[in-house]
Amino acid sequence: MATVPTPLREIAKVVRSKNAGPFEITLDIIFKSREDFEAVKKSGVITRELISELYNVPTQAIITFGFFDLVNAVKITLPRPRAQGAIGETDMHAAQQHVPLQEIRVPWPVQ
Amino acid sequence: MAVASNEEIRILTPSGMLGYGFPVEHVKLGLALKPHAITIDSGSTDSGPQKLGLGEMTCSRANYVKDMEVLLEAQQKAKIPLLISSAGGDGSNLHVDVFRDIMVEIARRRGWRFKLAKIYSDVDKAHIKKELKAGRIEPLGPVPQLDPREVDAATVIVAQIGAEPFNRALDESEGVDVIVSGRAYDPSPTAAMAIRAGFDPALAWHMGKIMECGALCAEPVGRSVMGWLRRDHFEIEPLNPAERCTTASVAAHTLYEKTHPFLLAGPGGTLDLSGCRYEQVSDRRVRVSGSRFTPARPYTVKLEGAKTAGYRSIFIAGARDPIFIAQIDEILARVIDITRDYYEEIPPETYRIIPHLYGKNGVMGELEPVKTPAHELCIIVEVAAATQAIATAICGKIRTSLMHAPYPGRIATAGNLASPFTPLEIPLGQACEFNVYHLMQVDSPTALFPVQHEEIA
Repeated sequence: MATVPTPLREIAKVVRSKNAGPFEITLDIIFKSREDFEAVKKSGVITRELISELYNVPTQAIITFGFFDLVNAVKITLPRPRAQGAIGETDMHAAQQHVPLQEIRVPWPVQ
Repeated sequence: MAVASNEEIRILTPSGMLGYGFPVEHVKLGLALKPHAITIDSGSTDSGPQKLGLGEMTCSRANYVKDMEVLLEAQQKAKIPLLISSAGGDGSNLHVDVFRDIMVEIARRRGWRFKLAKIYSDVDKAHIKKELKAGRIEPLGPVPQLDPREVDAATVIVAQIGAEPFNRALDESEGVDVIVSGRAYDPSPTAAMAIRAGFDPALAWHMGKIMECGALCAEPVGRSVMGWLRRDHFEIEPLNPAERCTTASVAAHTLYEKTHPFLLAGPGGTLDLSGCRYEQVSDRRVRVSGSRFTPARPYTVKLEGAKTAGYRSIFIAGARDPIFIAQIDEILARVIDITRDYYEEIPPETYRIIPHLYGKNGVMGELEPVKTPAHELCIIVEVAAATQAIATAICGKIRTSLMHAPYPGRIATAGNLASPFTPLEIPLGQACEFNVYHLMQVDSPTALFPVQHEEIA
């Protein structure tokens, strides 16, 4: 089947970021169906190494990374660059740190 | 009053956050289902460290009065316990007493009587330092080891209350109508009611975990939710008829603001949801089973604390000139250097200057993938210093220097910034930082949390 590199924002149901406590940021990619979830998982595009590169964090510092089939979701938890609300804060709730994930391109069947 | 049978306990949660408001008609629909208790949380670290650091509350007092009056009325009519946790947002002793005072005020005005139990959760700093010395305190997640100086620096340190202190409050005095607690693990009030009635702690914690967010587990997300806990499963349904719980929405809810999708650590143990089954039992209701709970040995509680960290001032300005915008990083760096030279008498390590450039990378900082700035910028410069006067002075110096800074190719020689507001420099008051986020071992789940009973009339 012919595929084109397609950004996750066109594939996933939810791509979001939020604090998980004041010292962690957690990122969720939730898919519309088990098929989409499996296809993205099988593509091998989303890896610890990719997250390390996108969020400028060493792979060994990644707190959670995984494909969780119970909820058709990828979950990633990272240390925050600074404690929530500390001097220099840019995003108190870490609600707008998901964008690099939206732009991940996965080979996807042409519609 | 409804009494929980051996077969079922019903809990009503009007909202995920006391003080945010909720539709009274949906609470009435819930009361018609004869709940055995009303539980509602008012805590969160999510809006920042200033609550613990400065003793501020999440919502205004007037909003707490409004929500509490509705819930106390429900309590008076249905004669069921009302459990409110994490008073004021941070759950400090100060805010437990504020909530108590609000209740007294409402009770007097409405002529209501009830038995109140207060559970306090501020932890004595000397005790924390003793436990630290004994090696019984560990960082929780990516947090430095606790330093005794940070314990001293914290304004207040609270510990998260588990289920046991709520049950102690209900057990040791007959007919407790209302509990107001200090900082609690959000699911604790719901879990406590179910565990006390003899139900499976794993299901109790899982139902509590979902209900503490109100109807956030529904589609579309809502406020009020009802839970039915039975011997080997529980069921969950939003009270707004326009919302529904689906197997996907309930299963996915456990991802929200959590480190891990199916391992949820709390006071006294970890909830494991990896083996859960989610079944659609009606169009709007979901049944959950298969939750597991692994008790922690030793029992640990989470400590939370924040300290003040100097004072901040900011200025906010716009920039529209493309010649200026193209060189903004270099111009700002020069201005900051000039400012630091100008204030040579102030030790450089005692203040910080942090530019935020909206339209360039204000939201994501160095992680911003888009490298071309927008056609206009919002420039916010944050200055943190030892006093408000110093922060404002440095902020003003940077603003005026930036306004008039020369740069190569400049043809707009009258000024570089568009300032929308006065005061041009805005004092923000004291800055705060979370500095305690650790797990502490305890010998007893109730020892840290004194309970006081009183009759309100």
